[in-house]
Amino acid sequence: MKTINKTFKQISQYPSAVFGLFIIMLLVILAVYAMATIPYSEAIRLWRGGEDVVYMNPKNVPPAWVNIFRKTRLPESFAVKSSEGEITKTVTPGADNTASIDFEYPFEFDYDVYPQELMLYFTSTYASKNPFVSIYIITPTGEELRVGDFGVSAKQTFRFSQDERFIRRLVREKRDENPMIGIFSIPETEPPVPQKGTYKLFVQGQTFEANSDLNVEFVLHGQSYGLAGTDHARRDLMVALLWGAPIALAFGLLAALATSILSMAIAAIGAWYGGWLDELIQRITEVNLVLPFLAILIMVGTFYTTSIWTILGVTIALSIFTGAVKSYRAVFLQVKESTYIEAAKAYGASNFRIVFLYLIPRMIPLLIPTLVSAVPAYVFLEASLALLGLGDPVLPTWGKVINDAYSNGALYKEQYYWILEPAVLLMITGLGFAMLGFALDRIFNPRLRGI
Amino acid sequence: MTEETQAGVLRVKRKGTTSAISRVARFMGVRAISLIITVVIGIYTTIMIANMGGYVDEIKRNDIRERVNLQVAAMTSSNRGITTEQRREMVAEFVILEEKRQGLDTPFAIRSVRYLVDSLQLKLGRATNMVSDNGSREVRNIILERLPATLLLMGTSQLFLFFFSVFVALSLSRSYGSFWDKMVITLSPTSAAPPWFYGIFFILIFAAVFRILPFGGMVSAPVPDNTFGYILDVLKHLILPASSLIIASLFLSIYNWRTFFLIYSSEDYVEMAKAKGLPSRDIESRYILRPTLPTIITNFALLVIGLWTGATITETVFLWPGLGRTIFRAIGFFDTPVIVGSTIIYAYLLAITVFLLDFVYVLVDPRVKVGGGK
Repeated sequence: MKTINKTFKQISQYPSAVFGLFIIMLLVILAVYAMATIPYSEAIRLWRGGEDVVYMNPKNVPPAWVNIFRKTRLPESFAVKSSEGEITKTVTPGADNTASIDFEYPFEFDYDVYPQELMLYFTSTYASKNPFVSIYIITPTGEELRVGDFGVSAKQTFRFSQDERFIRRLVREKRDENPMIGIFSIPETEPPVPQKGTYKLFVQGQTFEANSDLNVEFVLHGQSYGLAGTDHARRDLMVALLWGAPIALAFGLLAALATSILSMAIAAIGAWYGGWLDELIQRITEVNLVLPFLAILIMVGTFYTTSIWTILGVTIALSIFTGAVKSYRAVFLQVKESTYIEAAKAYGASNFRIVFLYLIPRMIPLLIPTLVSAVPAYVFLEASLALLGLGDPVLPTWGKVINDAYSNGALYKEQYYWILEPAVLLMITGLGFAMLGFALDRIFNPRLRGI
Repeated sequence: MTEETQAGVLRVKRKGTTSAISRVARFMGVRAISLIITVVIGIYTTIMIANMGGYVDEIKRNDIRERVNLQVAAMTSSNRGITTEQRREMVAEFVILEEKRQGLDTPFAIRSVRYLVDSLQLKLGRATNMVSDNGSREVRNIILERLPATLLLMGTSQLFLFFFSVFVALSLSRSYGSFWDKMVITLSPTSAAPPWFYGIFFILIFAAVFRILPFGGMVSAPVPDNTFGYILDVLKHLILPASSLIIASLFLSIYNWRTFFLIYSSEDYVEMAKAKGLPSRDIESRYILRPTLPTIITNFALLVIGLWTGATITETVFLWPGLGRTIFRAIGFFDTPVIVGSTIIYAYLLAITVFLLDFVYVLVDPRVKVGGGK
């Protein structure tokens, strides 16, 4: 306890260490928050669920907060449902079991860019005669645009941009043939200027049976979305950014912890027992230097599996017998000769006891800085493999987001948010551990103290 | 590696046999044999991994079957006279031929030994699936074709990195505690990120936003027709990948060298020299650089052979046609000869370097003696 307190006091003297520790704490909080708010199965569903999950998201748009820095404001996306009371639904019963169901949804549009798409998702229940709807958009100037009239099946989707009749009608009314520009422009302006104000969606429905019902969901695909934006598959990047944190931390920490502890234990055993065991460990280390590390990881990823846990295992296996074993061994050989080990031998302590209770604990001051400094390398290793297309097939990770962005030409298409968000998170993670590791190295390594 | 070679040298020194020459010969012999065994085991392990315990053979067989099926279907589609039976026979025949060509008819245990023996003799053989840009299947040609690109990129960046950081570190160790010294210490954690990471930022800034440098590749699409224009164009493409390789390790490298020099310049004999009033240039060259020379040489030698491996991911990000990317592609093609070929060359270079370094130590470090004096 005393030594821990002392260490903390020393750490507090290094501003970079305090900063690094602060970043690591934030990352841990982020990771815990991610796992608490989005459970694992939910994260996988959100990331890999396909069109059913992401239909209400626009494609490839930056986060909504970019509007703060922009002169031309980007429309934000929304999705509202009548079944949840977000759209006003008025039911007026008529004669012969018929009923007219009207939906009204006013929405504010004061943006300078046109949205990507407007969509209506109808759900209805009926026995034999399906309900009928007429759709209108009422512009801020009070003009009524007739969008379409059709019978609705149990599940039906209406996309404004893909309706030929609506496009013909817009052209007839001397509006732009692109429905988004047609709806949201001041009429007969060239080039088109967005008309700002309150628009209203008005859906007039008619049911023809006693138990027939109709509901609608109104979706506007804007040009910005949420806190993180979306990718090419309409997925909310927030899921990957949040879940990337626990995965990166788990991978980095597990790999660093396992490799440094195993290297140390092996070096200790070799140094203590000596003889053929020591010689064997030395040879394995030399063979390992010849092996192409990255090529082997790529081979495992390509031939066998890209599961992050297999890759983690292979990484650890290849990183145990490295230069670290040699430098630990050199120190152990010195420690082996110290008097307290002599004393332990004299009172008959077992070999196991000496190695694990007397030798290894002496090395912990040397171990901790190495361990902390090794974390970023492994975090970035995971991202590097993902960049080569060998990311985990299921899990959303930061590296995979960068890979998606890179292979979809985000840099050419100026979708910078897509690369910058995961890259900044990776950078912060790397910096946090590296800064703390550096400071710890100076605290624990007496040769560096004062240098 | 350094400690090991030094330990090896010291171990021999302690033994102190009668004749100096036999001592050296003995040491050389033991060292050479142990290095050869290391290379053999390393290469055989790589061969085994490149085959995943027969798993890759399975993939290759399926691949061949599928391709032959398509081929036969294409060949016989216009000829209605051929029965299904005949077609099946044709497929079986072609599959056997193709498996024989790729050597899949011999069991892997035998094939792996053959690979090992061939590669140890540097008979790199022919690639199974890859073809070099000028159409050769020889592994040697595939590798040689990409070597200049890798040497250009890695050579410029790593040599600059090495000399620049040693030079800066020396001057920083003189002005220890100055503003620049503190600056380097503060910036050294930036080396936690790998080169490709900086590469992406560089592409974003200089290629995407400012549009002053190319996104990637090694030369523009219509290749400039005069030599001068060509060189200029390649240099323009070189700036971003080379600087990302440099930036990614620059500060850590300076920091490490600086700390290393500082440790040596706080030795008692340096203090003594200062007290004697020797000029600082002499102190630096005689008392600081001299004992650190073995480490500097080791690092330089390992750096030079490290150029060979290329930088797979940086090359991929910048679409640089180097060796690193070729190996990555070879893995995608299950092309064991190419993978093994590049590994064996690296292994040999490493073994030879390690072997030679033992003798270089004797030349530069008077404390290390293999054969009783120079």
